[in-house]
Amino acid sequence: MARSHVTTTVNGDEYEFLCDAEQTLLDVLRDELFLTGTKEGCATGDCGACSVMLDGRLVCACLVLGVEAAGKLIETIEGLAHGDELHPLQQKFLEHNGAQCGICTPGTLIAAKALLAVNPDPSETEIRYWLAGNLCRCTGYDKIIRAVMAAAEEMREGRS
Amino acid sequence: MTITQDDLRFDPDRKLKVVGTTPIKPDGVDKVTGRAKFGADTHLPGMLVGKVLRSPHAHAIIKSIDTSSAAALAGVKAVVTRDDFPELPPGEFRDISSNCMAREKAFYDGHAVAAVAATSERIAKKALKLIEVDYQVLPHVIDVMDAIKPDAPILFEDMVTKGMDPAPDGPTNILQRKEFTMGDVDAGFAEADIIVEREFDTKPMHQGYIEPQACVANFTEDGQTELWCCTQGHFVFRTRLAAVLKMDISRIRVTQSELGGGFGGKTMFYAEPVAILLSRKANRPVKITLTRNEVLRATGPVAGTHSRIKMGMTKDGRFTAAEAELYFQTGPFTGSAFANAPQAMFTRYDLQNIRAVGYEVVSNRPKVNAFRAPCVPQVVFGVEGVIHELARKIGMDPIDLRLKNAATEGYKTIYGATFGPIGYVETLEAAKAHPHYTAPLGPDQGRGIATGFWFNRGGETTASLNITPDGTVTLLLGNPDVAGSRVSICMMAAEELGIPVDKVRPIIGDTSTLGFNRVTAGSRVTFSAGMAIVLSARKAIETLCQRAAMMWDVPEDGVVFEDGHVRPASSNVGDFEPLSIADIAKKATETGGPIAGHAEIVAEGAGPGFGCHIVDVEVDKETGAVKILRYTVVEDAGKAIHPHQVEGQYQGGAVQGIGWALNEEYIYDKDGRMENAGFLDYRIPVASDVPMIDTVIVEVPNPLHPYGLRGVGEVPLVPTMAAIANAIDDAIGIRPRSLPMSPPKVLKLIEEAEMSRDQA
Ligand code: FES
Ligand code: FES
Repeated sequence: MARSHVTTTVNGDEYEFLCDAEQTLLDVLRDELFLTGTKEGCATGDCGACSVMLDGRLVCACLVLGVEAAGKLIETIEGLAHGDELHPLQQKFLEHNGAQCGICTPGTLIAAKALLAVNPDPSETEIRYWLAGNLCRCTGYDKIIRAVMAAAEEMREGRS
Repeated sequence: MTITQDDLRFDPDRKLKVVGTTPIKPDGVDKVTGRAKFGADTHLPGMLVGKVLRSPHAHAIIKSIDTSSAAALAGVKAVVTRDDFPELPPGEFRDISSNCMAREKAFYDGHAVAAVAATSERIAKKALKLIEVDYQVLPHVIDVMDAIKPDAPILFEDMVTKGMDPAPDGPTNILQRKEFTMGDVDAGFAEADIIVEREFDTKPMHQGYIEPQACVANFTEDGQTELWCCTQGHFVFRTRLAAVLKMDISRIRVTQSELGGGFGGKTMFYAEPVAILLSRKANRPVKITLTRNEVLRATGPVAGTHSRIKMGMTKDGRFTAAEAELYFQTGPFTGSAFANAPQAMFTRYDLQNIRAVGYEVVSNRPKVNAFRAPCVPQVVFGVEGVIHELARKIGMDPIDLRLKNAATEGYKTIYGATFGPIGYVETLEAAKAHPHYTAPLGPDQGRGIATGFWFNRGGETTASLNITPDGTVTLLLGNPDVAGSRVSICMMAAEELGIPVDKVRPIIGDTSTLGFNRVTAGSRVTFSAGMAIVLSARKAIETLCQRAAMMWDVPEDGVVFEDGHVRPASSNVGDFEPLSIADIAKKATETGGPIAGHAEIVAEGAGPGFGCHIVDVEVDKETGAVKILRYTVVEDAGKAIHPHQVEGQYQGGAVQGIGWALNEEYIYDKDGRMENAGFLDYRIPVASDVPMIDTVIVEVPNPLHPYGLRGVGEVPLVPTMAAIANAIDDAIGIRPRSLPMSPPKVLKLIEEAEMSRDQA
């Protein structure tokens, strides 16, 4: 079966790859580009471990086809830090122990960043509903929510 | 004098600098940047994709398997079936092997029957469709109580129940029976003024780790096996793989990845031997990553139970006797670890008369696996419900009743051990003093408490500590870190050596780097590996002292180690500037070579753990939906090495319990096929379902650990479902006795409660 040739931009770098018609963006990121920071927990859009930004929109990479990435801007966990400077969300996840096993962390961080972009001062409830699609079995969510609140606060202070 | 485990006793006067603080964990940055390598993140050159064909039937004889068309498909490099697995005598390893690949029969929907390795996933999937399996479908049985009915479909015609005298004549699904007794139960009940006896049901749940199992196997032409996988115990995997595949242990090297959650569910392998056999046939590395559907249909779950629990009490609130009959569903093969339940269920009360009998029963569901305090939360759901009723009957505060009956130091348990200093009373007192316990409640709201116990474990553990030439330190550890053990172990090493924790760098070695380590389970690792690393550090300190004495040319007993430096023991020894570890390390070549310490121990002296949960719920009387309003976990940690990690265990355990309590269960259709094999329909708690989880860390030191710690991973789950059920009773006036306490079931209870109120 012919594979499609796709050009896309991931974390600011241009990539080219060949993909099968049924390969998802998640498959492509992980198996073709070896960007394994984006995780697969279900492949059915139910766990959020594969959360990435696609042209500024938060999506489950497992629900997007690889060919749909053509000409798009994709952001993944690998692009969250700037050089050796961690994003405030990353820093707060470290300080609050928001990553226990860490498998849900990349997706949660991407989703949380998307939240803070539209709502820099979310309430606890707003964070909980926004992250309701990012399953975590380890933490009971407490430390994740606290880390996001702390990062939001720091980012607001940084801005003002 | 060589230092041993026996020298590692808790020292209450020791001043701590590192232990008890909350440094960022060494694996943290990799986890927030996507660098951390999990099970599915290994790629090898030339790697093939492996896929498993699974039985669509809950119970069927496999008459034949024709793989010829699949094998002939271009791109398919290997196919394996039961014929590729070595024959094994009946017993543990044959069971494990038969669970990884069905032999005569498929025993559940999702049971593996064949597998292929191909150059792409697409080809592998296509090949699976070409495999022809001729099944003779048999009647099946799912529920544990159905499985013991006289006319139940039988899984193994030749099974003889173990531990039953006389064994049932004729075929049975009861795999084994275990009884634990102490004292005189009949006399105990005769003394009672009040007896409560109830029956309870719990449903199997899945451990629900977010990372599906994944592995890469590479079998080389000279018969060596390399395996990369996510596991809670790579050493145990190695031993069992060797037995199942009839290979030398030393020829198998297992490298553990970061573990994306396990909770007991990754103490056993599934596709790993299949990947090894595929790799052997294909002469190429093979990767198998399970889908979520496969994870739910073929791995996990936790045993479902039916239990009958009876307790007697005097009218002034002294427990006189307890009795339990417990049935555990285990899938087709043993694996429930059900014997924990009769030994742990009443343990925390000063009971002298107990009889508890457990039965492990086979049925057509996946083979069960461990989950936090295996088989204990299910039965504590009942025990703490009975005690809740007893407290009601005499109008006593539920914490006071538990305090009145609390076991203390010197209590001889049903499993033979006598308690040393334990923190059950302190835990109850802390719960009682917590503002949550007396906060006001609104309409339709209720509060419940429940308590739990876990033994905590030790076992075989090895570790190595190396002092590098600049005085910084590396650790080699042998247990996968399931949630914070690594940082805690580094902290103990730093405390011993008097250096900052960021000067200590750990790695978890593969199975070739260290001696055997028991699986990461039972809340054993921070305790056991902590002991091993403290022992290693103290050995290294002995060497540091010898080397310093040599450098100063003074007798060995003329020096002491304090605050990261070797100093003269007194001014009589001489006037020397203290030597740091770095100073001594720099001269190591001249003074006898590299400096290190290592330990190979069977860790003993794990201190039992106790917890008390307080929960507030609100019940929607129209829908039966239960909302968790407030939750507090109070638990004795002995000593919290890194309090954030301990809190994380408390919070995570409680929320898993909330899922089990309110939501999680397997739904089967009439043919025994799982209908909710995905995260949409098998719904674990999400962030918006739960509140913040408050924690109180009680610290009653374990005298047998150098820092006083007790394991903390199991207890946080144990009382959860019971506490929630007790809270629901407080809100609606009837105590649920069956899990999950889902809206339709709670609604029914509300109607029942209203009916009995009307009648009264
Ligand atoms: S892997 Fe995409 S949502 Fe779970
Ligand atoms: S930290 Fe393990 S699933 Fe979230």
